[in-house]
Parts: sequence; structure tokens; C-alpha cells
Amino acid sequence: MAETATEKKVREPLFGPKERKLLTDPLNDNNPITVQVLGVCSALAVTSLVYPSIVMAISVVFVITFANLFTSLLRNLIPNEVRMIVQLVIIAFLVTMVELTLQYLNYPVYKQLSVYIGLIITNCIVMGRLEAFAMGSKPWKSILDGLGNGIGYGIILVVVAFFRELFGKGSLFAGSPIELKIIGNTSDYMINTTESVLFGWYTNNNLMVLPVAAMFIIGVYIWIQRTRNKKLVDIS
Amino acid sequence: MKTNYTLFFVFILTAFVAVSLTGYREVTKEVAKQNEDIFNKRAILKAVESNLVEADEVDDLEDAEVLEVFNKMESRVLDMEGEEVSDVVAAKIEMKKERKKPEDEQNLPLFIYDNGSEKFYILSVFGKGLWDDIWGYIALKEDLNTVAGAAFDHKAETPGLGAEIKDNPAFSKAFEGTEIFKDGEFVSINVYKAAKDRKHEVDGISGATITCVGVSDMLYDGIENYLPYLEKIKSK
Repeated sequence: MAETATEKKVREPLFGPKERKLLTDPLNDNNPITVQVLGVCSALAVTSLVYPSIVMAISVVFVITFANLFTSLLRNLIPNEVRMIVQLVIIAFLVTMVELTLQYLNYPVYKQLSVYIGLIITNCIVMGRLEAFAMGSKPWKSILDGLGNGIGYGIILVVVAFFRELFGKGSLFAGSPIELKIIGNTSDYMINTTESVLFGWYTNNNLMVLPVAAMFIIGVYIWIQRTRNKKLVDIS
Repeated sequence: MKTNYTLFFVFILTAFVAVSLTGYREVTKEVAKQNEDIFNKRAILKAVESNLVEADEVDDLEDAEVLEVFNKMESRVLDMEGEEVSDVVAAKIEMKKERKKPEDEQNLPLFIYDNGSEKFYILSVFGKGLWDDIWGYIALKEDLNTVAGAAFDHKAETPGLGAEIKDNPAFSKAFEGTEIFKDGEFVSINVYKAAKDRKHEVDGISGATITCVGVSDMLYDGIENYLPYLEKIKSK
């Protein structure tokens, strides 16, 4: 027993290629919505307007990042038999924080998102990341993973909402301080006071306002993504 | 021992979560309540939007201005016989709760907006749409017959169809100038597929027939409740 094994501690870089991959993978190669097909229900429901979608995206990024961080910090303390419940408590805690903050900062948007803020708790992306990643990874990596997945989800939300609002209502960012009317005789199509901005002949497409439109747009998005990214085609 | 640890862990975690959420709620409660109050008062002012002297649109008003306009407004609470009730604050009445009470105990809020030259009586109505509750505010001119404006809201109508009662400004605008009495008899305003009698009928929204029938019923029942009081001020 002459030699004592001196454990060589390799300091992991703060932002090496591995870490960068954690952050960028969910944006494209492993997007939670278009590749893993998780969290679709909220993506269908809240994306009829851009502004609430952005608020929703920020909320999810916040919840998933901190839930990942807390779970990762507690990962060696959490008793295995109640780990799912503990994860749920952490998520519910953060979601309630978001809900209270929205009531405090922007009540109209809180009203508009209504139940969907509460339903972040059941968003499979959050729980999935906690189970699959944060339970077995160090805090810093967990934060990056949470950020990556949250943003990956948020991008899809905003892209879908952009097309739905533009073609469904002819406006962008409705409800926010910078509401823009883009195409068609936007709000007054029932009485004949055409206050059009561009393409006055355009009639708002009601289908785009309904949740099914989000399904179509996500479908087209997946199609485009797969034609450009051959890696994804080989997997399936 | 392991069970003890699990219990201990769960207890500590829930205690921490409960205490911090309660604390956060206490801190934000006041502002959140005020936000809700302003949100509701904006909805009431929407009914007199086109006659508002303070701004062109209710959304242009700052929060403080909304309260200011509201403070200048007279408000009354009526019972079903048309008598004024003095111990209830009009702005605090929730129509949904009132509707659950026995008929003779229900209270009705009435707001009177004065734009300097004319007075507007704002009535509150509440009913059922296709999926859930719908409600609204109807502003009557001084003759207590001509409608000066209307604003509707809903809990869960279909976006693009029933939800248009709120989202499409043209729908509520169509109520302006309609009359609730026909040759001295109360007829309310009917939302009808092909409105012919523009004084008592308003064009419905295609694809949202049930919501429109709901609006018609809501208006009839809602305004009818105010009739005893309206007769009373008329005869004065």
C-alpha cells in the first residue's frame, strides 16, 4: 500500500464544447417540440398571438432552468422513492412564483394565458428534463440544459404564433404596447370601414386562429427542419 | 431509518416551499389586487369608449387615469325591485355570484358616466355562451333607450368564432345607436343572422350562432332586471 491513489481532478471548463452542445442541441437537433414532440398541447393552445407566446416562453425558460438547478443541487439528497413528487413540488413552486409575478407585473396577459401558466406544471418538457438530466448532472450543466430546452421550446412557440397572428388577425404583438397592424382590413371586417395597412383585399383566415393551425405550422416546420438537417432523418 | 429520512426531507421541502410562497404572495398581494381592479374597471369603461372624453381608446388611458375617471363616475347598487341599496359597493359586485343567489336578494351595479354634456348609464349583464360564461356592459344614453356602446367578454368561447364578441371591435360597435324599446315596449336587442331592423337587431357572427343566441338572451334578461329602476328615473 505504498502508493496512494491520488485522484486527479480535472477541472471541467466552464463553457467547453460539451457545454455549448447542451445549450445548442435543443435548438435544432434535439428540439423538444419538433424532434422529441413534447409539450405540444401548450404549443397549440397559447400560440394564437405573439405577445402571450413570448411571455409563455419566458415563463417556461425560467421554470425549467431553475427547476433543473434546484433538482441538480438536491439530487443526492432526494430520497429515491419520492423523487417524482419532489420534482413536482419544485416545478409547482416555480410555476406559482411565475403566476404571482405575472399578476403583479402584467395582469391582462395573466388573464389571457389563464390556465396555461398553471399547466406549465404538467408540461412534459420540464418533468422530462428533470428526470433525464438534472437528477444525474452537476448544477452548471443542468442550468445550461434547462436554458437550451426552454429556448428551444420558446422559439417554436414564437415562430408558430408569428404565422398564426399574421394570417389569422393581420396583426403582430397585439395586446402589447407595440401592437402592429400588418395586413388586411384588420379589425373592422364586419362593418365597412376599411382601415387597411397592406393588402386590403386580404380577409383574415379564421382557421389560423384555431389551435389546428398550430399543428399544421409545426408540421411544416418539422418538414423544413428535416430537409435541412439530414441527421434527423437517419434517426427515425 | 430510511422512512424517517424521507419524511424529514419531504417535510422540510414542503415547509420551505409553503413559507416562501406565502411570503411572496403577501408582498405582491396589494399590487395584484389593484391590477385586477383596474382591469375590471377598464372593461366597464369600454362600454362608453366612443363617448369617452379623456382619451380616444380605453387602452390609451394610464392605470392612474382609469381610476381617476372611475372616481368621478357615479355608481349605484340596485335590488331587483329597482330600489337603491346603500351598503354595497357597485364596483365590488360579481355578477356570477349574484346570479347564484335567490332572485329577490340579487344586486345590480349601475355606473353613470358623465362626459360633460351627456350622461351614460352603464348596465352590467351576465349570461351563458357556448362553452362557459359570457358577460358584458351596455351603456344607455340619457333617454334610457338608445344604446351608446357595448363591451363583451367571455371565459372560454372558441377563438375566431364565439370569441369575436370580444376580439372584433366591429361587433360591439354595431350596437351603437340601437334601441331597447320598440313603440314603448321592451324588446331588447337581438343578435340575428341577417339583421333587418337595424334599430333592434345586430348582425350575428357566422359560425358562432350559439354564442350569439347567448348574447341575445343575456341582453334580454340582463336589461330586463334593470327595467324597474329605469322606469323610475324616467318618470322623475
